[in-house]
Amino acid sequence: MTAPQLFFAYFAVMITVLSLLMITRRNPVHGVLWMLVLFVHIAGLYIFLNAEFLAAIQIIVYAGAILVLFLFVIMLLNLKKEETVKKFQKHWLVGVGTGIIFAVFSVSIVRKIEVFPQLGKYTIEAVKAEGNIMTVGKVLYTKYLLPFEIASVILLVAIIGAVVLAKKRIE
Amino acid sequence: MVPLSWYIILSAVVFSIGVIGFLTRRNLIMTFMSIELMLNSVNISFVAFSHYLQSMRGQIIVFFVIAVAAAETAIGLAIIIAYYKNNPTIKVDEINLLKG
Amino acid sequence: MEMETTISLLDIRPLVPELTMICVGLIVILLDLIVRKKEVVAIVGIAGTLVALYGTYKLYGFYEPQSAFSGMFVLDGYSNFFKLIFYLNIILTICISFKYMAIEKASFGEYYALLMFATTGMMIMASAADLIVLYLGLELMALSTYILAGITRKRQRSNEAALKYFFLGAFSSAFLLYGISLTYGLTGTTNLREIASALQTLDLNGSPIMYLGLIFMIVAFGFKIALAPFHMWAPDVYEGAPTSITAFMSVGPKAAGFAVLGRVLFGAFAGMQVQWASILIPMAVLTMAVGSIIALAQTNIKRMLAYSSIAHAGYMLLGVITGTTGGLMSTVNYLAIYLFMNIGAFAIVIMLRREGFQGENIEDYMGLSKSHPLASALMLIFMFSLAGIPPTAGFIGKFYVFMEVIKAGYVYLAIIAVAFSAISAFFYLRVVMYIYMKDPKEEVVLTRSPSMSIALAVTAMMVLILGIFPSFLLNLVRYSILG
Repeated sequence: MTAPQLFFAYFAVMITVLSLLMITRRNPVHGVLWMLVLFVHIAGLYIFLNAEFLAAIQIIVYAGAILVLFLFVIMLLNLKKEETVKKFQKHWLVGVGTGIIFAVFSVSIVRKIEVFPQLGKYTIEAVKAEGNIMTVGKVLYTKYLLPFEIASVILLVAIIGAVVLAKKRIE
Repeated sequence: MVPLSWYIILSAVVFSIGVIGFLTRRNLIMTFMSIELMLNSVNISFVAFSHYLQSMRGQIIVFFVIAVAAAETAIGLAIIIAYYKNNPTIKVDEINLLKG
Repeated sequence: MEMETTISLLDIRPLVPELTMICVGLIVILLDLIVRKKEVVAIVGIAGTLVALYGTYKLYGFYEPQSAFSGMFVLDGYSNFFKLIFYLNIILTICISFKYMAIEKASFGEYYALLMFATTGMMIMASAADLIVLYLGLELMALSTYILAGITRKRQRSNEAALKYFFLGAFSSAFLLYGISLTYGLTGTTNLREIASALQTLDLNGSPIMYLGLIFMIVAFGFKIALAPFHMWAPDVYEGAPTSITAFMSVGPKAAGFAVLGRVLFGAFAGMQVQWASILIPMAVLTMAVGSIIALAQTNIKRMLAYSSIAHAGYMLLGVITGTTGGLMSTVNYLAIYLFMNIGAFAIVIMLRREGFQGENIEDYMGLSKSHPLASALMLIFMFSLAGIPPTAGFIGKFYVFMEVIKAGYVYLAIIAVAFSAISAFFYLRVVMYIYMKDPKEEVVLTRSPSMSIALAVTAMMVLILGIFPSFLLNLVRYSILG
């Protein structure tokens, strides 16, 4: 095994183990904390794949905003008694079975994947010369301007929705 | 050099773990976090494809997925709060008013 | 495959209808703060939709294909016809929800604004020529409808509907993303046209990974359209959501789902027709079976109409399965007819709702004809149309789909569909029987409003006119799709 492969192996094992830890925690707060560690590892994988900007976004948005929102809601709902009840549904074995069949099926298909299409112009050197954020920004604000604007409307809907559904009184 | 397929297999495995979490957990917050896990696993495969194809598109998609995930979290948690106010349980198998 | 692109101000032109909808949505929210009468807000919403409709019709030529934003957004007859369906959907929904939302104590500006944002999402889906835009349009539509389903937040049933819709919707969109990621990895692009050419040049039509990606995308669209086995959410959500929103989502997201299904399957994966037909055929048969058979056992009319809408999705899917342009046209034609008959039926359901009375049980319709002959006659028309009995439009819709299915060589599918169609006639006619042949248990008072009368008149007239003179709609569909 070469050094990059060892590096990947560490991240892959950690990500898998952390995901398993996350979905099996009884206390949602512990689940969120394991997820935080998981997201840091995913960000590490992004850096490994030369996506520095996304690594930063992963930490800032996912860990910084989304997970904090989860923590807020868990504390708001004050789910103390959750800790004393069963954590899995009655038919959990069916769920696990479905998931394992799904995993075996999809892994057996995707493991043969290779890249066929013609390669693009964003080689590692080209991106390095300009900087990752600069490259992403240039593409985002030219070719992907339309999706960017749609995303802004989606965020607007989220603001409206959160206020409409969760505010104290409507009348 | 790490083969592309390793990343894609990792992504498929984490996606399946998310599916298992979604199908088995009783706590709605945990179910929701399983969905986030599935989105993250897809993001891994997007970034890996982007790197190996030397194209920017994958990274851009991940950017949008994260933005949508943030919006989805805000709305999803607001729905959970609205539900909890009327009915103080968030266990999946006790949500059964609508049946027929 | 990436190239330098420049985007000029001219690229905005094809997007004017969408931009109008978003701007009017924002105006509606602001207006809600100033104006006390909520009728004004609703009328502004309708007026804004009419402006967008005018934009779609006049400014850009209904049938001329145009593309903008480096080929991510297309404006062609196909997308314009779907936009017409979405406009009618939102206008009729606002008309029928006027009084109803006041009874439910949830008539505020955000309701109308979210309807407009959801419609914008559908319009973007219909025009999407790139999987990224498609995904974002779908999320815009979905997130708005999740909120709308739970907007009467004092009612536990509404909360529960929003919860179920949200969780299964978010779960399915993760599958959509997985499918998009595999497609991107194999073809190196997300543009539908480039995917089609990459499938040819890279010889990916037989690739199992491509097949897997396609299955995941179909699963996600199946959730939105409520195709069996991904229909489980539909009855619960349709029952729990406010009835006006049930009417809105039984047409809008379904039509948008068919728009993208047609666009993706015919535009990008036309070369894999054998593969996707092999997934869709069992799904269609199962959908028709589940919808028609389980509906027989329902006592709640919203739930019954939910299963009926599942069954209708099955018939519509048959047109897509053929893989021919004619088949696609018959599906689009069916959707337009379904819009009128379904919203009409829900309008009658809404009229039974009044302060302190739900009016959602089929038994509440007993003897309606004695006290309200006109409303009963309208319900009769809608039920006949949903059952596909001539001379109503529902018959024309089914007839053309079955003709195209037979033409494409799937005779057995047509026979199965006719059989299920006959079964489904039972539960529609049961409602009619309750209305006309039973004695009233208690007196039924209908909630009337002028806007409701307009909506009922329009839907009932269209159901009858399109049933007797179907050629107008058929020609419109043909010109839209063939150009």
